[in-house]
Amino acid sequence: MSETVAVRASEQPPSAFAAAWHMLRDVVVSDRKAKIGASLLVFLVIVAIIGPYIAPHDVELPNTDIRLTGPTLSNIMGTDHIGRDLFSRIISGLTISLMVATGAVVIAVVIGVPIGAFAGYQGGWVDSVIMRIMDAIIAMPGRLLAIALVAAIGPSVGALWFAISFGSVPRYARLIRGGVLAQREREYVEAARAIGESPGSTLFRYVLPNAMAPVLVQITLNFPSAITAEASLSFLGLGLVPPTISWGQMLSAAQPYLEVAPWLAIFPGLALTALIMGFVLLGDALRDHLDPRSHGRRRAKKKDSA
Amino acid sequence: MAILDVRNLTVDFNLDDGGTLRAVDDSSFTIERGEVMGLVGESGSGKSVTALAIMRLLDSQADITAGQILFDGEDLAAKSEAEMRAIRGRRISMVFQEPMTSLNPAYTVGDQVSEVFRAHFDMGFGESKQRAIEMFERVKIPQPKDTYGKFPHEFSGGMRQRVMIAIALACGPDLLIADEPTTALDVTIQAQVLSVIQDLQRDMGLALLFISHDLEVVAQLCDKVAVMYGARIMEVSESTELFSSPRHPYTDGLLRSIPRRGQPLTPIAGTIFDLRSPPDGCRFHPRCPYAEDRCRREMPELRVVEPVAASTDPGSSGDSGGTGDRRQAACHFPLTGAGAKA
Repeated sequence: MSETVAVRASEQPPSAFAAAWHMLRDVVVSDRKAKIGASLLVFLVIVAIIGPYIAPHDVELPNTDIRLTGPTLSNIMGTDHIGRDLFSRIISGLTISLMVATGAVVIAVVIGVPIGAFAGYQGGWVDSVIMRIMDAIIAMPGRLLAIALVAAIGPSVGALWFAISFGSVPRYARLIRGGVLAQREREYVEAARAIGESPGSTLFRYVLPNAMAPVLVQITLNFPSAITAEASLSFLGLGLVPPTISWGQMLSAAQPYLEVAPWLAIFPGLALTALIMGFVLLGDALRDHLDPRSHGRRRAKKKDSA
Repeated sequence: MAILDVRNLTVDFNLDDGGTLRAVDDSSFTIERGEVMGLVGESGSGKSVTALAIMRLLDSQADITAGQILFDGEDLAAKSEAEMRAIRGRRISMVFQEPMTSLNPAYTVGDQVSEVFRAHFDMGFGESKQRAIEMFERVKIPQPKDTYGKFPHEFSGGMRQRVMIAIALACGPDLLIADEPTTALDVTIQAQVLSVIQDLQRDMGLALLFISHDLEVVAQLCDKVAVMYGARIMEVSESTELFSSPRHPYTDGLLRSIPRRGQPLTPIAGTIFDLRSPPDGCRFHPRCPYAEDRCRREMPELRVVEPVAASTDPGSSGDSGGTGDRRQAACHFPLTGAGAKA
């Protein structure tokens, strides 16, 4: 077993995310909160992927015979004002929600991390200029910025990706810059230079992998905010428009029927909560793991209760 | 020709307040191929800065402001960063003091050793892995194959330092700079690591610059010793002669401050001066028991000192021509016997 692991590790160059991945694995194995969060997420992601195949009804097909009916055996979450199956629509909304959030987070990471790494590694005035621009972006309220951007570009998945990721780019840039500044002074970075590594491979092999862990936490915390951002933009009619299904849009459409068909708001709301919960639990556990002081707190708490 | 010939090396640090600090001042020494030279001195005397200057790894605040570093006849001080990259790890390597933090925690130790091969030779993963495992054998790491896939945190300090040595010697360099490689290790592990260094040095015909403040280790390992004090080299000598009959009062003081059973400890009086405002004349005069007026006014150059009368050291009198050249001291009034003054 260990033999195969060793061989595999040697055959392919380890990725820069290896360290972060190891940490994720450790935390999920050791922390109960992380276990619950991760299981919830794995379950929801599987549902999102196989969604179209398990959805019991056509998401668009209206059935005026069963308008605004509560949960029944064939429509377990009830139906909406034109008789579409709410459960099938929530599954479809999950796929969209995850797609928008994932895209926004990936874009933010892919742009923010290199910016921060470059600024931190370069230092001097380049660093100052880049980071002041980042400060300026972070100073603007994120949601407002997203509304302005979507309003300017028009509603589409691409626009949402751009609008939602724009505000979180500086967070990644700041995080990774701090990590790079700290790593740059480490002995193994000096040792890397002493074996004749180029600045590029020093950055990618020695500095970045060891600065990635906080980014992982930021990613798990960025997901909930991206999900709510999409939901609230769609709720306001600025995000996704029909026929694309979005939970925010479903909540908005449920408003007139709150008194007669509260399930129209309750079920999308619960779905949104579950998805966000998964990320928050996992992110919390990761943050605890990274913060040495919180280890002490937890231990102290255990002692108290014992 | 000497593999390393450092001539009048001077390194200045630009301080944040606008001042400068001379960390290495007009230092010269040579190391022959296959020779082991010790560089000793107290903390802050400029040993590590000398090493980093040779590697051209000084931080941006520090500059080589004068002198030459002739490595195999070529001046490293005049080389570009790209040229230095081809030399570092390939022809000159370095082992650092802190084995616990000198390895990259994100990669396996095997990958870090094979990376050196990939960085300097056009070598694939399979071959570099094979070579890395051979290096693990040479530094006497047990079960080299299993070791390959392990991460640094799975090793003790001694094992990590062996990995560092494997990385440093992977490409068969001409010169190894070891900056206090055993200071962070406990005594038994220190002896093991030293014997690994010593064996490989002999096998590979490696020139070694061994930086340490542990005089006993230096005496055991080195052919030749340079003593630094306050950024300047005070004395250069064959190691046996240095320890039997120091010519510089500072060396003498250092040797007397080694604890010996049954003898009172004689520390050197006073403390090292502030490098930002060095004293006039000889750097050591405020602490020197033999200081005279001339010492306070005039800085002594490092120069060849006459051999002491043959009777004091019969072992060295046979080849006094060779060793006499190599006994250098920066003192107006070099000592002539074991602690006695001329």
